[in-house]
Parts: sequence; structure tokens; C-alpha cells
Amino acid sequence: MIPKPEWAVSVSPHIRKGISTSWIMWTVSASLMPALILSIYNFGFRSLIITLISVVSCMLVEAISQKALGRSASIKDGSSVLTGILIAFVIPPGVPYYLPIIGAVPAIFIAKELMGGLGYNVWNPALVGRAFLQASFPVAITTAWIAPQQLSKGVWDIFLRPGTVDAISTATPLSVVKQYGMTALTQQFGGLDSIYWNFFLGFKPGCIGETSAALILLGGLYLMARKIITWHIPVSTLASAALIAWIFGGQTWFSGNPLVHVLSGGLMLGAFYMATDYVTSPTLKSAQIVFGVGVGALTVLIRLKGGYPEGVCYAILLMNCLTPAMDEWFKPKRFAPPKAAPVAASK
Amino acid sequence: MNRNLKLIWNGLIPENPIFRLALSMCPAVAVTTSVENGLMLGLAVVFVQVFSSCTVSIFKSFIHPRIRIPAYVIVIALWVTVIDMILPVISPDVYKKVELFVKLIVVFAIIISRLELFASKEPLVPSFFDGMGMGFGFLFGLCLIGAIREFFGTGQLLGYDILGFNPLLIMVLPAGGFFVIGFIMATFNWFEYKITGKIPTSGGAH
Repeated sequence: MIPKPEWAVSVSPHIRKGISTSWIMWTVSASLMPALILSIYNFGFRSLIITLISVVSCMLVEAISQKALGRSASIKDGSSVLTGILIAFVIPPGVPYYLPIIGAVPAIFIAKELMGGLGYNVWNPALVGRAFLQASFPVAITTAWIAPQQLSKGVWDIFLRPGTVDAISTATPLSVVKQYGMTALTQQFGGLDSIYWNFFLGFKPGCIGETSAALILLGGLYLMARKIITWHIPVSTLASAALIAWIFGGQTWFSGNPLVHVLSGGLMLGAFYMATDYVTSPTLKSAQIVFGVGVGALTVLIRLKGGYPEGVCYAILLMNCLTPAMDEWFKPKRFAPPKAAPVAASK
Repeated sequence: MNRNLKLIWNGLIPENPIFRLALSMCPAVAVTTSVENGLMLGLAVVFVQVFSSCTVSIFKSFIHPRIRIPAYVIVIALWVTVIDMILPVISPDVYKKVELFVKLIVVFAIIISRLELFASKEPLVPSFFDGMGMGFGFLFGLCLIGAIREFFGTGQLLGYDILGFNPLLIMVLPAGGFFVIGFIMATFNWFEYKITGKIPTSGGAH
């Protein structure tokens, strides 16, 4: 038996670089913090409590399932923390406190650990958790919205509100558009200019972390500057979503409002943080662009023609299924392929 | 244990049609939203399986090998027609929910595969017990899936309210059916690994 080597030696070239999985996970988590702070301001401490519950339960589920499956514990790499934050960011702020705990089980145990652990998951764990919750608790996940507090109402009063939610539930912009059309949206949220401005800054009802396009854009640009993600997936996602929304979004063709679609719902969060997940998105740049186009197009198609007001979650999960195939389709041609290995040697 | 008992045991656990052979998965997901539905369809399958096994076993020397599959289908269709007339008399309400699948028993993979693999080669008595084993294995599988899905999906068991609320609605949706079957299959494989010490390969994969 070969003794276990004390040092892991990989193939050359040996480039020393301070990037590790845990560094990436913690940096991505940190870049989501501004959005969390804004949501505390918007929806009260409730959103912070939900995020904390989600993170802690994800770490617990990961620890327990790794113990049960006999794997070495990898709780410190931060991937479960990031998954926990993302689960909390895509559920409404008014849900009961036990919901993120239930969501953590399919996200971490089924979608990640049973598939083989970090790096082998087919679907984005956070979105599997959200899809599971949406199928299990359709009422809570589609109605528990909280109207964002406005600046004039007295900051500290809002800031300290732990939140009972029944009295102030409201509708998201996308469900208003879905049910009553564009004119109802402008009636409920003010003129088009103020809609653009408020939606861009994040003062609108929505899931905990998805409201502010500006802060997510900021975090995404920071990740691009640190070369953690590239521009291919986010830009192609947003561009295709805007294009489809412009073509099919209105009463007649080419009369939709792309800005409202891009700024509302979870499209920004999905494009920058969910679709760019290393494990579940293609590695080749050309395939990444096709992946992003697919995500954006499917999202807007579900929003406009499907049964749900929001489609980012299912669009990304569907494109995740295609990721292995797309990596195969877009494989670059090799000049001078190696000669076929002798048959006897391979056996 | 004599051979006949072994055949029944074989169909119940070691070659369970749903969890080990992975046959007839479509009805196993579709009708098992409650124990009652699973019980009804399972009983129908037991009836059809036993009687078609016996019929084919008796008449096997008269069936020409080249046309054996159509002949089997006709035999199965005969017994499906019989059970399709009996079931609505026993329980009209439940029959309404599983009606479509009772008619579809004609094309269930498990029945025709047992006729082809077992009843067409064996005498009457083993065929009867093999049909019993496979039928009750299917019934057991449907009831197990149905019980788990009914309990976690609606908080009830056999129609009696136990929890009083719906814990996880996803369990009565098709997705929940796939989850439950996957986890039970994994449990079966885990037990096999514990008992035999070998890593199980994918069961029948027909």
C-alpha cells in the first residue's frame, strides 16, 4: 500500500495565487451585505433574523449531512453560508421563521450533499431550496410581502420593528403587472420616472435581497473587479431579458417596457449571483453567453406567458440542467488531435 | 423455506417491482397521493398479475413464440376488463380517482415482463406464486409511497386527519413522488449494502 503523501503535489505549472474556494465564498457573501443592510432598513429586523436563521440552518444541515454521509467536514469553506444568504435573499420578508429552516434541507442535503458535495451539484442549491419552498408553501411564498418603509416615517421606529406582517402585506410590482397590467403599476407606484428611480435604489416590495438593483450592481461590479465573475453571464442575461421584454411585453409587438422588467423581481440578483455560480454554469465563454441568453429569455417568457409572476428561479434551474451539455457542445476544436491510444493499453 | 414462499418473498423485497426492478414507475408516481389510491390500484395489479400469470402458464404450449407479445397483451387485457368491472362495484369513489390507471394496467411493464420472464417458462403453481409475489410487492410499494406522501403532504393517513395541517404540500405534487421513490430506493440499496457488503448496481433499469 502506498503511504499517504504528506504534501499534495499537483501537476505543473505551479502558480501561487491567494485565491481559494473559501476566499471566493466569503468575498461573495461580503459583497451581498449592502443589499442586506438596505433590506433591514426597508423591511425591519425581520429580514436580518430570517437571513441569520437561514445561514445557521444551512450550516447545521451541511454539518449533519456530511457527518451522516461520512465525508470530511468542510463547513469552514463558507459555501453553506453563501447558500444560506442566497436562500434568505430570494424569499419574501414576511414568511414564518420556520420556512428558511425547511428550505435549507433540500438546498444543502438533496441538491448539494447527495449529489456529491460542493463542486458536483447539478443545480444551484439556493434555488432548489426556493423551488421546494414555492411548491410546499405557495401561499406564504407568494403573498408575504412587506411594503418598504419610506424615509419620512421616522427611521428608528422602522429600524427596530421586528415585524408582524399581516397588516402591511402588499403586492410586488411583477404580480401587479401580471394581474392588472402596466397602467395599474403606474397608479400604485407613482409615475414612470419615480418607478425607475425607486426600483433602481430598492424601495419596492419584493424578496429580502432582490429589491435594490443599484446595490446588487455594485456588488456584481466589485466581484468583476476582483475577477471572481466575468461579464459574460450577467450581461447576456440582462440583455436578452430586456430584448424579449421589449418585443413581447406590450400590447403590440416592440412596445414593452424593458427597464421595468430588468429592474423588478430577482433578475439582477439572479444574473449576478445565481446564474454565475461556478459549479452550475458553463466554463467556456461562448457557452456562458448562450447560457445567459437562455436564462434571460426563459425568465421573461415565464413572467409574460407563464403562470407565475416571477420566473428567474425556474429559468436558472432549467438552464443549469443544460450546463453539462453546453460545455460539450461548445468544446473548441483541437488541431492535431492525439492518436488513438492502443486498445490493449486502455484495458 | 420452500420455493413458493421464496417466490413471494422475492417479489416483496429483493426484487420489488418499484424499488428494485424500477418497473411501472409512472403509476407509482401518479396515483400514490394517498394510501387509498395506492391500495386500490395495487389490488387491481395483484388480481391481473396472478390471473394472467396463471393463464399464460396454462396455455404456454399453445402460444406461438413469434406472436407471444400480442398474445400476452390480449390475456392481460382480458383480466383488466374483468377487474375494471369489479372495482367500481366495490368502491365507486376511489375507483373514480384511479380509473385511468386501472385501464392502463394493460401496458404496465411489470406484468408483461413477469409473463415473458417467468410464466411462459414455468408450470402453473410457481407462476401463481410469482404473480402473487410481484403483485403484492407492487401493492406494498404503492402503499408505502402513498402513506409517506399522504402523511407529509396533507397530514392525513388513510383519510383520517392526524396532524391537522399540511406540512409539505410538495409531497402530493409529482415532484414529491419522485423524491419519495428516490429516497426509498436509496434505503433499499443501503440495506442491501449492509447485508451483502456489495455496492448495489442499478437494479433492473428496464
